Amino acid sequence: MIKIDDYRRVAPPGTVDIILRLAERVQGRRFTHVSGGRFGGGAAEMLRTIVPILADLGLDASWEITGGDPGFYSAGRALQQALEGTERVLTDEALDHYLEMNRINAKKLRLEADLVLVHDVQPASLVADRRGEGHWVWRCHFDCSRAQRRAWSFFGPVVKQYDGAVFSLPRFTHRIGVPLYIIHPSIDPLSDKNRDLSPREIASILGPLGVPTGRPLLLQVGPLTRDRDPLGVVNAYRLVKKSHPVCLVLAGSAGDDRESLDVLNDLREAARQDPDVIVLELPPDAHLQINALQRAATIVLQKSIREGFGLGVAEALWKGKPVIAGFAGGLPQQIVYDVTGYTVHSSEGAAFRIRHLLNNPELIARMGAAGREHVRRSFLTTRHLTEYLALLIHVTR
Amino acid sequence: MTPAADPRTRVADEPFAFFGCVELRQALDRQALDERELMDRLEEVPSGSIFYHTHGYFLRHRPVGMAYGNDFARWVAVDVRDQPLAERLALVDPFEWREIEDLREELITIVHDHLSRLSTVPRVEFGEAFHFQQSHIVEVPLGATARTLAEFRAGLSAVEASAIYFHMVEARARLGRPSGDFAEWLRSSLGLGELADRISRIDTYMTSLERVRARVLSLVDEVLERP
Repeated sequence: MIKIDDYRRVAPPGTVDIILRLAERVQGRRFTHVSGGRFGGGAAEMLRTIVPILADLGLDASWEITGGDPGFYSAGRALQQALEGTERVLTDEALDHYLEMNRINAKKLRLEADLVLVHDVQPASLVADRRGEGHWVWRCHFDCSRAQRRAWSFFGPVVKQYDGAVFSLPRFTHRIGVPLYIIHPSIDPLSDKNRDLSPREIASILGPLGVPTGRPLLLQVGPLTRDRDPLGVVNAYRLVKKSHPVCLVLAGSAGDDRESLDVLNDLREAARQDPDVIVLELPPDAHLQINALQRAATIVLQKSIREGFGLGVAEALWKGKPVIAGFAGGLPQQIVYDVTGYTVHSSEGAAFRIRHLLNNPELIARMGAAGREHVRRSFLTTRHLTEYLALLIHVTR
Repeated sequence: MTPAADPRTRVADEPFAFFGCVELRQALDRQALDERELMDRLEEVPSGSIFYHTHGYFLRHRPVGMAYGNDFARWVAVDVRDQPLAERLALVDPFEWREIEDLREELITIVHDHLSRLSTVPRVEFGEAFHFQQSHIVEVPLGATARTLAEFRAGLSAVEASAIYFHMVEARARLGRPSGDFAEWLRSSLGLGELADRISRIDTYMTSLERVRARVLSLVDEVLERP
């Protein structure tokens, strides 16, 4: 198991000592996280790192998950999508079922703690059955500033029962009437997705994927859906291809809705017409493949038109790559313009910046180094742990 | 302090204890999409928010970032793209103001004066709104202590960078210790008044925590290496 001391070689000097000192102040306190599942990316991916370390630091840390039938999960998913701004039909029956299943969950789960941090929508209504003296804080990992009105009129009274809420960015917040704390998400530098890989490991991972070497490689990682604008990336690549012998890799999983299937068909067609366009449909747990692709890339793109925090940018910066990103979600927060990469508003803008970097390779190295340092300070697990401990100290003071 | 002819070898009765700090940020329900809204919000937000966006910039500012001096100047430059106002706001040195309310007034006056010369109010077209925040500082005792100047130097060179912010900025601006903790201890516990004066005059505006640390260390070294 990874220990906090393992992070000394990657975190900024003194950070681990700060964490140890903060943990001394909250020894034995109960810090319970609650989420809708243990698997997949996002909140669960971060909790798989953070909870064991909190326990190792001497806190009584635990991670509870809600369970239920398919109707519970589909209601929670639809509610979260509506809170993210997507038009969804929310029936009274489905919402009542969501509340009822969480009433049952509340009886089963161990929820007495000094701080109960409830992640996202699926377990959120557990707060209605809170017991004891502990503090309850809702941890929202998505942008709910443009929530559908019907969804918010149901969900607003739920989150008002919390003592506070944590959002990833100020612009992701919604008026709730409780203190709103801001804590960025993080990447784990020691995980398979981000740990160092030797050139031999990279070659052995990329060989079977058919990724060519020896030429500049442009990469975008993420769902192959309209929100991430992979077709815009292909258009930018085509503009660059006129002057540079580049390859483009689009890696991620496809959506299952009709619109996403249309996008995937267009991408497959583009790849059929041009062998230098490679579309890799990867499973969600392809962490080593993503790691190797990011390390092999010359420039990483994240040309989203709609995005959450978008930690793929931090992952690429950590690997010393300049990133060209769309102006969406948390992407501008991670890009220091002209220092670690560029934010752009169009395919033409992306193509211009790609050519600019390819024609000035010394910039690629300089931005890569600056990006890694930027992430070291701001987007690693260690900073996240520091702020969670500060939150525990602050709310239980 | 224990009497000694040479202040460099004096032993303080009260040791200096190094503290770091962690900033827990809190969003306020206030934002601005144009410069008039920025001015209006500047008038109404809590003083802690003015502090966060000015003095706090020093804690968050990293060498890889672009230098604007405070969050207001950065927003006007990057998101509104109004360079003339950004230049004027960037030059506001928060460490020159004893009272946050005076600093607030200076910022409002600058924006007001700028707007009075324009026929339209510059606003965000392609950038982000300005979101007002404030922060809660959690103090962290780092365990390092010093009773002599040499121990002080050793401790200062090793502590986490937030200790520089805590003792040089937070102590002065919010904890009512106007000389800063380093200068105060060196003067009162070791009798090193001249060194204390020089440290309290270090210009912390538009620099990094590491540069301030290096400056304090070099001043301490000058005393330690004096024949």
